[in-house]
Amino acid sequence: MTHIDGNALAGQLSDLFAFDLTTAIGRCVNCGTAGMIGAAMVYVASPGTVARCPHCGAVLATIVETDDTIWLSLAGVTAIEVAKKA
Amino acid sequence: MTAAARTAWYTGTVVEARPETSSARRIVIDVPDWPGNDAGQHLDVRLTAPDGYQAQRSYSIASAGAGTRVELAVDELPDGEVSPFLVEDLAVGDKLELHGPLGGYFVWMPQAVTQDARPVQLIAGGSGVVPFLAMVRAHADAADPTPFRLLYAVRQPDDVFYRQELAKLAADGLQIDYVYSRTAPHDWPVPAGRITKEALAGFAIPASDKPRVYICGSTGFVELIAGWLIELGHDAGDIRTERFGGK
Amino acid sequence: MSFVTRGFSGRNRERDPRLPPGQTKVEDWPVLSAGPTPKIDTADWSFTVTTETGAQTHWSWDELRALGIEDITTDIHCVTHWSKLEMPWRGVPIDKILAGIPTHAKYVMAHSYGGYTTNVPLDELLNGQAWVAFEAEGVPLDPEHGGPARLLVPHLYFWKSAKWVNGLTLMDKDDPGFWEQAGYNLHGDPWKEERYW
Repeated sequence: MTHIDGNALAGQLSDLFAFDLTTAIGRCVNCGTAGMIGAAMVYVASPGTVARCPHCGAVLATIVETDDTIWLSLAGVTAIEVAKKA
Repeated sequence: MTAAARTAWYTGTVVEARPETSSARRIVIDVPDWPGNDAGQHLDVRLTAPDGYQAQRSYSIASAGAGTRVELAVDELPDGEVSPFLVEDLAVGDKLELHGPLGGYFVWMPQAVTQDARPVQLIAGGSGVVPFLAMVRAHADAADPTPFRLLYAVRQPDDVFYRQELAKLAADGLQIDYVYSRTAPHDWPVPAGRITKEALAGFAIPASDKPRVYICGSTGFVELIAGWLIELGHDAGDIRTERFGGK
Repeated sequence: MSFVTRGFSGRNRERDPRLPPGQTKVEDWPVLSAGPTPKIDTADWSFTVTTETGAQTHWSWDELRALGIEDITTDIHCVTHWSKLEMPWRGVPIDKILAGIPTHAKYVMAHSYGGYTTNVPLDELLNGQAWVAFEAEGVPLDPEHGGPARLLVPHLYFWKSAKWVNGLTLMDKDDPGFWEQAGYNLHGDPWKEERYW
């Protein structure tokens, strides 16, 4: 199973956030590397979407979605950094 | 354009649908309240069957800027669920549900917005050229001074997407290099063959110029090119990739 | 908001009375993964049962198989709505693996190469309900389908049949595994459509 890029998260996440999460920066809980969520390795052919750290492979985030509910975990990032609109 | 703040579900009407290659179709959709999109963004198409079953796939948008016409170029996957419908069954006049514009990671914005004057190298495999059409069109519309170069890898000449548009842009000064892996045009100076690291080094803006690089195509293609670029001295942080999945 | 798309009917989806609610029968076998596919050589493979007190028992590939492999024909149901009916499998019953291991635990966490976990009540792994499986449809399990060995618990949604399984940990509480933490049901009975929290 190969992965695709974090840009693929844009659709699912746009329902939850008023800003574009794929350009936000997150720091991996496991290895400490910080990078754009858009650069994560994303596995979508799955009971949910899984985003993994491109450096160490640890899970950064999971998204499970039905028609009326989204479960989002960002437990694999210590925090996310988002630029405010100018 | 902070299009991400206006991502929403829209209903569009197909106004144009014509063959692009033997397996692909260019589709233009009129979306009355479309907020416009940045070059490189994508949208999700959602289809609903009579029993409520839904299927949804992402497609790069070939158009950019303000306006209510959204253009896609969809390649049919042999075992696909959505692409065969879009390429073979969809008709002018049909309504489609769209979710977008999506994605701020794989976009290009003019120098006037980013203040970034570095040259841009676009590298496409097959249908991966679609988001780059949006980028080169936006680049031309803005009369942007950023040096742009496109490296386009396909199997054979008939697989080239947007052949006429690219020819016109090339005539207007856009540097485009084609690599044919299976069959080359009659008058081609090199025999057809898979792209090599040496060819990539010859065609791409050198690492010493610190270009921003965008790569779009199948996962196998993107990983191959990205790996070589890093070996050629490009910084991983200067490379943005969009993988379609598959080999 | 959604309307029916003219001319779209989705893949050819057959309805069969043996299907639990919300499931569609498929003839192929979709591959769904949460991460890269581990590649484990059977020479390096081992299986470990850890009790709630920390006591461990290990088996090598040959040792586990020597417990006795049986043939199973069963239906499997994925929470992503596809089901395969009458699938032939071969594996070692969990009954044989846990026989002789004393425990008071009521739950089990299955662990896999690559880090995947899933929780199952102990009594739902016993009495002929679960196996460590090596073969499906007459051939050894492909890595992308969980080979060399995966857990097989067909009466629950198939995310519980952990691919690349390498051990069971007995536990007193029903701690959630990977997907159970992410939004999926702790139990996962397809006949009651226990999909989500």
